[in-house]
Amino acid sequence: MKLKARHIPILATMLVFILLYAAASFYFPYFFTLRVFVNLFIDNAFLGVVAVGMTFAVLSGGIDLSVGSVVACTGIVMSKLITQYGFNSLAVIAFVLLLGTAFGSVMGFFIACYDLPPFIVTLAGMFFARGASQIISLESIPLKSPLLNRVADFGIPLSDRVDFPFIAIVLVAAVAVGTFIAQCTKFGRNVYAIGGSEQSALMMGLPVRRTKIGIYALSGFFATLGGVIYTLYTFSGYSLSGIGLELDAIASVVIGGTLLSGGVGYLPGTLLGVLIQGVIQTFISFDGTLNSWWTKIIIGALLFVFILLQTWISKARAFRKS
Amino acid sequence: MKKFALNIIRSPYFWSLVFLAALFAFNLAFTERFGVVEVKDGRLYGNIIDILRRSVPTMLLGTGMTLVIATGGIDLSVGAIIAVAGAIAALLARGNFHFMIIVLPPLLAAAVAGCWNGFLVAKAGIQPFVATLILMVSGRGVAQLLCGGQIIKFSHPAFEYLSAGYVFGLPFGLYLSAGVLLSVWLLTRRTALGLFIESVGINPVASRHVGISASRIKLLVYVFSGICAGMAGLVLTTEIRGADANNVGLNLELDAVLATVLGGTSMTGGKFYLAGSVVGALIIQTLTTTILARGVARPATLVVKAFVVILISLIQSPSFRAQVLRMGKAGEARA
Repeated sequence: MKLKARHIPILATMLVFILLYAAASFYFPYFFTLRVFVNLFIDNAFLGVVAVGMTFAVLSGGIDLSVGSVVACTGIVMSKLITQYGFNSLAVIAFVLLLGTAFGSVMGFFIACYDLPPFIVTLAGMFFARGASQIISLESIPLKSPLLNRVADFGIPLSDRVDFPFIAIVLVAAVAVGTFIAQCTKFGRNVYAIGGSEQSALMMGLPVRRTKIGIYALSGFFATLGGVIYTLYTFSGYSLSGIGLELDAIASVVIGGTLLSGGVGYLPGTLLGVLIQGVIQTFISFDGTLNSWWTKIIIGALLFVFILLQTWISKARAFRKS
Repeated sequence: MKKFALNIIRSPYFWSLVFLAALFAFNLAFTERFGVVEVKDGRLYGNIIDILRRSVPTMLLGTGMTLVIATGGIDLSVGAIIAVAGAIAALLARGNFHFMIIVLPPLLAAAVAGCWNGFLVAKAGIQPFVATLILMVSGRGVAQLLCGGQIIKFSHPAFEYLSAGYVFGLPFGLYLSAGVLLSVWLLTRRTALGLFIESVGINPVASRHVGISASRIKLLVYVFSGICAGMAGLVLTTEIRGADANNVGLNLELDAVLATVLGGTSMTGGKFYLAGSVVGALIIQTLTTTILARGVARPATLVVKAFVVILISLIQSPSFRAQVLRMGKAGEARA
């Protein structure tokens, strides 16, 4: 396969991930074990799933700020329905996924049909979902479901002592499905086309409106799925969880090599972006003397480097064209 | 007079103004003691004064944000700049320095932060959303680093005057935001600067061809937005007499963008409306105060806010208006 300019960001992301992991392993030999590696997938499963949906929004040149609140709302609704009303767990999960997708489609409808800026519409969505979850319950609700206990305990054994658990499997599956949708379907190509130039997409006769509604529906679906994963991870629902999650998701997408102006990027890159943030966090918790604010500063610095790299690449391309 | 009235009706923030008026009318009718303004010790007290005082930070941020959005940009980092400015000010206020020594370094830091944003946008050519995202993510980390992860408390009467002081019976913060607004209005509407900003927002290439340096204008608005955030940071820090790097100004960047958009300035850049942004900031605060005064639980504020945002955006959206007009005509045709 010939190396193309658009592949450079994702290769750079991979290189950074490997370098960071190697450096961390050099500092703490225990870092280079299967368990720590698998833990990266477990601890960031919900972020990764949310970021998959966010990647679609960003690829189309939009943004979805509502994801953090949707995660909280999902947790609250799920725990309330299962623990307090005793509904069937799987039916409740199907219901919240449907609800989240519908919520995303409504936002998509406003964005696509009335040309409202995605930033404002999804901001309203963020207020709405956060408010709704606080109205439902201000206190944390524990999730009590024997069935879900068993689901969460399920795992594919990788070695004698390490399992690849259910939520990590969902993360990998979400990335795989997302990649398939983006690369192998008509819808995916439409998303790239809209991100490249909405005007051109419209003139080519692509269904811009329908695709846009689909994008935010998809983002709502993955945010809700992320919420389900988060609930399975913490086994409770809390109305204040997931604050600022949208930023982490956007950062993952950008570090993963997707241009925020839309049209360029690959989904597996987003997974790498999530894992890079995970490595930094794990390193800081391994160290013990560094404080959490260093995570923010380092992620900010990484963002800066990646964005400079992307700008440089797109400028080089524009230069070659002209 | 007639021309003035026509201007207001045609202005893009007309419906926001109507909404604000309706909100006030509702409160005057149904919220007890809403319109009462009392004089105690030569100071004015009351719900309306409170709304004005509390919307000062959003107004300050909104002023900067309006200019940034007019150039087709966005500044997400203002919340983080508030935290940094607050942290520096609190550290200095502990040292019992002179007022100016406490106030100037944070403003300088805020200007430097704005300059960094402006540099990334104007010189490096990075999209504003991403460029300011960098500081948004790392700025709060820097503020926490400065504070050592703790809430820094201080007691410094001269510095606290920023939020606790009263001039001619009105809170000092009001004069601050009014002063900033007035000087920006004079600078943009009585000189060509406003036109330059709008032309950069509408078409940067064309403005370059007529000799406007788009990058210099952009740099300027980001620095100004940074300074506005610094001032808001000082006001917010004196309000609680402490720097809380984690929570101060949290989500205020969203409120500032919201105020600007409610005020009729389009997020794609171009024409901007400072008065509209003030109306937007007042709507946000009045809404919060109204809901709290009516004894509704705080979470409901968010839900109502969501509906108001969508409603006002829809009314201002040209394609929604066109659709309503079409529907109206179809209805007439049927009848």
